[in-house]
Amino acid sequence: MDLNFSPEENTFREEVRRFVAEKLPGPIRHKVMNGEHLNRDEHVQWQRILHQRGWGGPGWPKEFGGPGWTPTEQYIFEEECAAGGAPRLISFGLKMIAPVLMAFGSPAQQQRYLPKILSAEEWWCQGYSEPGAGSDLASVKTRAVRDGNHYIVNGQKTWTTLGQYADWIFCLVRTDPEAKKQSGISFLLIDMKTPGVTVRPIITLDGAHEVNEVWLEEVRVPVENLIGEENKGWTYAKFLLGHERTNIAGIGIAKRELARLKRIAAAEGRLDEPLFAARVAQVEIDLIALEITNLRVLSAERAKKAPGPEASILKIKGTEIQQAIAELMMQAVGPYALPFKQEDVGPDYAANLATGYCNQRKLSIFGGSNEIQKNIIAQMILGL
Amino acid sequence: MNFDFNEEQRALAETVQRFVARDYSFEARRAIRDSSPGWSREVWLALADLGVLALNIDEEHGGLGYGPQETGLVMSAFGAGLLLEPYLSGAVIAPALIRRTASADFQEEWLPNIATGETVVVLAHHDARNEPVTEIGGNLSGRKAVVAHGGCADLLLVSARTAQGTTGLFAVTPGAEGVSLRDYPTLDGQRAADLVLSNAPAARIDAGSKTLAAIEAALDIGLAAVCSEAVGIMEATVAATTEYLKTRQQFGQPIGRFQALQHRMADMLLHLEQARSMSYLAAMHCTNEDTSARQRSISAAKVTIGQACRFIAQNAVQLHGGMGMSDELMLSHWFKRLTTIEISFGDTDSHLQRFARLSRAA
Repeated sequence: MDLNFSPEENTFREEVRRFVAEKLPGPIRHKVMNGEHLNRDEHVQWQRILHQRGWGGPGWPKEFGGPGWTPTEQYIFEEECAAGGAPRLISFGLKMIAPVLMAFGSPAQQQRYLPKILSAEEWWCQGYSEPGAGSDLASVKTRAVRDGNHYIVNGQKTWTTLGQYADWIFCLVRTDPEAKKQSGISFLLIDMKTPGVTVRPIITLDGAHEVNEVWLEEVRVPVENLIGEENKGWTYAKFLLGHERTNIAGIGIAKRELARLKRIAAAEGRLDEPLFAARVAQVEIDLIALEITNLRVLSAERAKKAPGPEASILKIKGTEIQQAIAELMMQAVGPYALPFKQEDVGPDYAANLATGYCNQRKLSIFGGSNEIQKNIIAQMILGL
Repeated sequence: MNFDFNEEQRALAETVQRFVARDYSFEARRAIRDSSPGWSREVWLALADLGVLALNIDEEHGGLGYGPQETGLVMSAFGAGLLLEPYLSGAVIAPALIRRTASADFQEEWLPNIATGETVVVLAHHDARNEPVTEIGGNLSGRKAVVAHGGCADLLLVSARTAQGTTGLFAVTPGAEGVSLRDYPTLDGQRAADLVLSNAPAARIDAGSKTLAAIEAALDIGLAAVCSEAVGIMEATVAATTEYLKTRQQFGQPIGRFQALQHRMADMLLHLEQARSMSYLAAMHCTNEDTSARQRSISAAKVTIGQACRFIAQNAVQLHGGMGMSDELMLSHWFKRLTTIEISFGDTDSHLQRFARLSRAA
């Protein structure tokens, strides 16, 4: 047993650190370090910088234009990007649909879609959740009916993150309403410019426009946009959810936010209060433990490849830690957390702490709520 | 980065696990616990035969020269069987301390005998409130409180405040004039003693400087070992509770089907895995030469493991229902040892405070 990174891994870490320091545009770094939302152009700009270096798809194998990194190298990359103030990579294309295309897409589909994900020419969003299908995802009702060389799609998707920026949406649709729940689902790629696709904003409690409703009315989708086989969509959907959980612990981001919490708490004199200092210490300790747990899972992954149910442990603890940090940051500034969307009241760092706290409540809900993760642990790991 | 144990380490762990399974059953342990010394010299010598008493002693003194990782594996296996013998005090902390403080002659005289199991040496460090042990003219007076396995010792290593105002380490023989040991059982079924010294003869064994630092370093090595022991116990506790939820039937189904209980079990597993991670960190850092880095990691580990001990122990009893309260199940004994571990070597709150202080200074 050896908890140290290898000399090669440390050299790689240095290389990533230097790259981020040199290439990340200052205004983007400033926004990320202060917890501000980025716009579409800023995300695209960073993705293109990475792509130029050959690092556009950190989890991608070489044959599809990725760097072919080990899970540990991907971990180091994400950690250094987060520490250096780089934006989180937009996962819908890179980490969700891309692995599905690589595993189940036709060569034509792979050639059509993958390069434009890497180069950020096309932005993807996720059409999974529906008003009646949240945790119980297999109960999707959006219908796709075959009509010659097209499917006619009708239904409604919701909680579509950054759907307002998207060029494409990957959707779970019901193609066989007679079959049992999981077996009548297909996986379709839909061009957002197709007539009948309407995106409506959902404003969340922090006042932000991050998620949307996507309405699909008589949308004609060419049959070549079907992934794999009709009615086998649930298999691909589950595969995608497995990939969604890699790096779900968000260690790098949590470390960066913990450092921000400590800066704010120190500026506010809160670390002199034993109770507040103990709360910060608790979250820091939890993070140290989770980092080692994450590295253990990575090390097991090297042997088994796909992330197993252990990823649920990382999701629960990782989101709890990020939420605790956001909560403590808000508490640290006291009443100056309260002015809502006011830039010029109180210390600069206080302006978005309450909205950040509100926004982070999503973490324990999305990507399989933490309660669903506990079901997975109980059933898949403990065998209950 | 590698979380696998090597072949030699795995063989060691299997040897000790086999020993515990074969020679340290629930009944065997109970018989030893209820016997008059409360531990077994016979078991102790069997452990010497297995070589585990020699683990933390260097080869030049007849030992095997292993380190915290191997000690952790042994402690983890002992944890599941709740070994009553003074392994932690006599085979982990004492040799670590002797190596760090004692003269070459003392090491040569005592370390080989520890390795063979002939002699049990125990550190008595924690002073009773308002009765610190002090040295006057080479003799010691004062009181040490709740000395783990103090009554098992053939030789006690007693820390004391010297006339110069520093901490010195003294060898004291039980049974000597002015030495009184009150031996008693503790909550976990192990033994401890209060040591009262009244102008007792003592031989100073440390070189004089940095003795307190050496004692703290040895105790951190002990604490890392305890972290591994706790993980071994929690692993056994989680496994037994999972099994119980699968077999216990109520309302016509195994109670493990109920989501409230499933989620509790999932929370227990989260605690266990975080604790296991921190036991690795503790093993890695307990010998770190950088004192504040060492203490910071050890404190972080003790906080995580202390909280896991409480959570897993309490909820394992809860999920067992009435059976969780029974003395006839190993579970209640795991519960009591986990409770003891949380309190020992500084409780969760004290380590949380130390971590906060060290983090601020860093």
